[in-house]
Amino acid sequence: MIIHVENPALEIHNLTVSYHRKPVLWDIDLTVPQGTLAGIIGPNGAGKSTLIKSVMGLLPADSGYAQMFGEPLDRVRRRVSYVPQRESVDWDFPASALDVALMGRYARLGLFRRPRAADREMAMDCLKKVGMDGFAARQISQLSGGQQQRVFLARALAQDADLYLMDEPFAGIDAATEAAVIQLLTEMKQAGKTVIVVHHDLQSAADYFDWIVLLNMRLVASGPTDQIFTQELLERAYGGRLNVLSQVGELLQKQQFPARERKG
Amino acid sequence: MDTILDALMLSNPNVRYVVFGSVLLGCAAAVVGAFTVLRKRSLVGDAVAHSVLPGVCGAFLVTQTKHPLALLIGAFISGWLSLVVIDFITRKTRVKEDSAIGIVLSVFFGAGILMLTAIQQTGSAAQSGLDKFLFGKAASMLLDDVMIFGGVAALLIAIVALFFKEFFLLSFDRDFARVIGLRVPLLDLLLSTMTVLAVVVGIQAVGVVLMAALLITPAAAARYWTERLGIMVVLAGLFGMMAGVTGAYISTAAPSMPTGPWIVVVTSVVFLLSVLFAPRRGVVAQAVRYKRNRTQITDENILKALYQMGESASEFTTVHSTEEIHGHRRMQLLTLQQGLARLRRQGYVEHHHRGWCLTSEGIERGKRVARLHRLWEVYLSRHLHLAPDHVHDSAESIEHILTPELEEQLASELNYPEVDPHNSPIPYRKKAKQKPETGTRNA
Ligand SMILES: Nc1ncnc2c1ncn2[C@@H]1O[C@H](COP(=O)(O)OP(=O)(O)OP(=O)(O)O)[C@@H](O)[C@H]1O
Ligand SMILES: [Mg+2]
Repeated sequence: MIIHVENPALEIHNLTVSYHRKPVLWDIDLTVPQGTLAGIIGPNGAGKSTLIKSVMGLLPADSGYAQMFGEPLDRVRRRVSYVPQRESVDWDFPASALDVALMGRYARLGLFRRPRAADREMAMDCLKKVGMDGFAARQISQLSGGQQQRVFLARALAQDADLYLMDEPFAGIDAATEAAVIQLLTEMKQAGKTVIVVHHDLQSAADYFDWIVLLNMRLVASGPTDQIFTQELLERAYGGRLNVLSQVGELLQKQQFPARERKG
Repeated sequence: MDTILDALMLSNPNVRYVVFGSVLLGCAAAVVGAFTVLRKRSLVGDAVAHSVLPGVCGAFLVTQTKHPLALLIGAFISGWLSLVVIDFITRKTRVKEDSAIGIVLSVFFGAGILMLTAIQQTGSAAQSGLDKFLFGKAASMLLDDVMIFGGVAALLIAIVALFFKEFFLLSFDRDFARVIGLRVPLLDLLLSTMTVLAVVVGIQAVGVVLMAALLITPAAAARYWTERLGIMVVLAGLFGMMAGVTGAYISTAAPSMPTGPWIVVVTSVVFLLSVLFAPRRGVVAQAVRYKRNRTQITDENILKALYQMGESASEFTTVHSTEEIHGHRRMQLLTLQQGLARLRRQGYVEHHHRGWCLTSEGIERGKRVARLHRLWEVYLSRHLHLAPDHVHDSAESIEHILTPELEEQLASELNYPEVDPHNSPIPYRKKAKQKPETGTRNA
């Protein structure tokens, strides 16, 4: 079941993405409405991170495209914010939690300009929202995994965007913090922002999200939670790989065959 | 001696140029190198340094002069070429990056040596002085060299200052830099170009073989002193300047000496000192902290022992002999004696001819350790559900590190328990909120 909406925050059109010629996402076609808190859900290796990275332009697509607010990413970068998986950077870096949160302001500052007092204040505010204001001066490698995750969250908040894409923001976070963060995300949704979150835990997914995307190499379902969260669809997403799809993918890789014919 | 004095006074204009140039290029190499280190590209820096040699020789062969501009261009071209080749091999073949770096370094450097030998055999090497580029000779810099190399160095430092924010983000999180719309490929290109240029301007003073030391070591040393990128870059620059000055002086004072090895000596000494003496990260600071902790643990264990002995006799000012204390609390006898002497100096115990007794300060501190120990035991058994015989060891160390704030929090969270899991009473300070009957009246 794939439900499309008019005037979406995020539209993904026929997206196919490969690593070394092996497609890991096949023909994803979906829309996410504005002002929702949406979850991307699927088993390990389903391609959730790949989907987000491709949408953010960090991975090239074999075919298809993504648009935000009806425009390509390049025209709306200021309105889009991205929270990568925590493991994507080396935390043993000479920087404080505040330094990292401040990075969220860089896009607005532009080249050559140093962060101003107002930016610092805003970054501090964002640290406060995620309960990290007490750690602003702390060197980032001396934070716990969950605290590092929250610093990333603060950086995204400091971007002050309209659409947020977050890759597993709850990984390594304790239950109390998770509740606080969900509260925060819900408030953002109520303020008209769109938040799309890669999430692992099926138990909480139905409570957290009002829009759900089920993914497992291909799009299984996308729509409002009450319509998507059915036994049948969940089983389809979690019921193992599609055997033929995997085999074709491996074949493409072995033969170094393009998943799409070159255009033109 | 005269020459050294002359050099130190900078009275000779030629020496002045050399010193000035060396300071600038030492600083530039170190500042650019800070980002090389943080981006984990140190090996690439070394490869580039070796790879500029064929460019230098090629420039000489083509122009038959040693004009700095020609050499700069030649070195720049071959340095850049090495980067392109490393990138090409890593991307288009199955060879991993470290192997690609090794291959490129040896091939380019080998070719450079070959060309150098060929030039030497034509006999023009003597006046060309090209062999100086192997190990460097700061003193051979002329005004022209200093103007051009120093100018490039100053430019590099200015670019780092200008793009500091962008380089910071790029080194920490490339993906995020791309997502917010920074032109990451362009910035990469800029940083790589700057690395090549830093190497190129440095080689006359340091030589290609050891240039990487000027690029990498100051930054690696600076990392020990600070957790802030800005300070790290400035410190690296200062260390690079120090290396530059030293190299220049030695080179002018002892012209037969190659400069590169001396610069390496200076940067290595700075690095070693950093490893040893940097606050927090340094070996010595760690040892001092360790020693301080050991002392504190010893002292508090002695006070606790005296307190416990007083507790069982309901009399805290009794005099106990060293042997008695030793019997109560096992530790090395020497450690105990030293500890008692220290505690006496600090006013926690008094010495009488039959032995030792607690002062009122000593009683308070011993009581506090006993209190923390027992509170922690209660905490463990209540919240971690540990059996009473499992809580002691943990409490033995936690009793020494709990701060007064944590102590207060612990006590109020546990609601001021009266006894620990072994039924020993928990001695509170007189004024602590407590039920009246639990007070120890001896305090
Ligand atoms: N850099 C890479 N090179 C090759 N294959 C990759 C790479 N990254 C991911 N893959 C493969 O692509 C598939 C999708 O990976 P992806 O990281 O998107 O999954 P995910 O849904 O985010 O999983 P998880 O829940 O574990 O984070 C997996 O089969 C993985 O093995
Ligand atoms: Mg993932």
